[in-house]
Amino acid sequence: MTAIADAPAVAFHRTLRAEWIKLRSLRSTWYTLAGLFAVGMGITSLAMGSAVAAEYESLTAAERLDWDPTALSLRTYIVAQLIIGSLGILTVTSEYATGLMQTSLAATPRRHRLLAAKAILITGVAVVTGEVLMFTSFLLGQALLASQDVPNASLGDPGVLPAVAGGGVYLAAIALLAVGLGALLRATAGALATLVGVIFLIPGFSGLFPSWLEDLLDFWPTAGGAAVMATVPDPDFPHPWLNLGGMCLGVAAVLAAAFVLFRRRDV
Amino acid sequence: MTVIAIRGLTKRYGPDTVVDDLSFTVEPGQVTGFLGPNGAGKSTTMKMILGLAAPTRGTVAIGGRRYGELPVPLTEVGALLDAGAVHGARKARDHLLALAVSNGLPRRRVDEVLARTGLEGVADRRAGGFSLGMRQRLGIAAALLGEPRALIFDEPVNGLDPEGIRWVRDFMRSLAREGRSVLVSSHLMSEMALTADHLVVIGRGRLIADTGMGEFMRSSGQGTVLVRTAESERFSLLLTAAGAAVRDGLEAALVVSGMDGDEIGRLAAYHGIALSELTPQQASLEDAFMELTRDSVEFQGAGA
Repeated sequence: MTAIADAPAVAFHRTLRAEWIKLRSLRSTWYTLAGLFAVGMGITSLAMGSAVAAEYESLTAAERLDWDPTALSLRTYIVAQLIIGSLGILTVTSEYATGLMQTSLAATPRRHRLLAAKAILITGVAVVTGEVLMFTSFLLGQALLASQDVPNASLGDPGVLPAVAGGGVYLAAIALLAVGLGALLRATAGALATLVGVIFLIPGFSGLFPSWLEDLLDFWPTAGGAAVMATVPDPDFPHPWLNLGGMCLGVAAVLAAAFVLFRRRDV
Repeated sequence: MTVIAIRGLTKRYGPDTVVDDLSFTVEPGQVTGFLGPNGAGKSTTMKMILGLAAPTRGTVAIGGRRYGELPVPLTEVGALLDAGAVHGARKARDHLLALAVSNGLPRRRVDEVLARTGLEGVADRRAGGFSLGMRQRLGIAAALLGEPRALIFDEPVNGLDPEGIRWVRDFMRSLAREGRSVLVSSHLMSEMALTADHLVVIGRGRLIADTGMGEFMRSSGQGTVLVRTAESERFSLLLTAAGAAVRDGLEAALVVSGMDGDEIGRLAAYHGIALSELTPQQASLEDAFMELTRDSVEFQGAGA
């Protein structure tokens, strides 16, 4: 048996670039991102449309103190997290569905590296698109409010910039959660159903939970985790960034489990 | 050149032992046929070679190393396990490019393997629209990207048309001629007879035979010779006297075993008997294979 001259091991950035080629070479990626903006702008336009002026008119003076035009325009995150999440899920599960995972792992047998590349790439894509989406939603929303002479915010107002930027961070965390769910469940339908359950159903049924579970909701997506997107302080969440931080810890736990199983399981 | 050494490889899924203490070696410069009935454990063995499934016991070494330790895997082992394993919405070129980039291979390799597999014309089409034959070629192109020293193909001719089968077969041969180690699985003995230099036969996860192709044919194919002559009764006696076993075949033919065509011809000439036919019968490899695997099953049944 002849000894093989040791070639230097492949660098991580090559794995990352390969994943980027895979992501950009699918039309569905671009359709998803286009859909994200179309839906995001559509929701903002509807929410900030003519009804909002009437709604503001109907508020009492006390309620008007809680008027938060920033949070209102960032409500797009609710649907955006599902779209960005499905992108994160598909980067993993589509490889299982097609059998491509075998080819990918034969080319990159260091499994953690493959999953890490996917996670980093999706986080990057989600941060960029998430921030762009949040800023456009904000600007479009405030312009619509201004056109109806309803009190609105500008980026320079106190607390606005962190709220808008926080929305992008929140979306990136959801994308990362989706990658973890995809790797854990290995099937698109299962991962997507779980994601919907996490971001919509559990917060929706929050009233049914025992108190210790209610505390968990302080750090839950679409619940406490999304508190950073408000500029009017919510007495429930005095330190909203801690809530988002808690949510990120939860995401990290899911990812950690995903990494362990991704290495261990047969493909 | 890379040798794939499999030692004591065992895989259990719960109570089922899919691969059972399997040991064999894939040598460079030849096509090793990996033969067994469906469900014999061929694909599982190949997955373990590639580190896709973890062995319960045993080792696989590629040039002395575990697959996961190979610094640039695609330059050591190229594999085609499942021709369908491409994303249908991705163009053939992008599929190959992502694989090449992941191993730091130059971009020109993508064009080279596309040319070698005859896919240049469809490189910018989405793989979902490919026929099975084209997918098979794309899978082979991917396996060749890193100019690997060892190649592994799981049932590469399954479902191909005759032209595709011939192409794959010639391709395997040419890869071996280049000095590469080629492991090809099949459940069809006839296919292996035309492709392989060496045979590894497994049944129910156990090794049944590990032998050269020629040796396998000689040892398991008891060669008989079909003889036709007007004086069949007399010749039959002469043949028996000369030590051959003779039985009556169809249409007054004699089926002779224990002597080859050359000896029978000489005997006929010596006695002045005119032969109208003298045909060596190649024992069907398929039969030999069936016999071999049946034996293993019977042996297992008796042992249990």
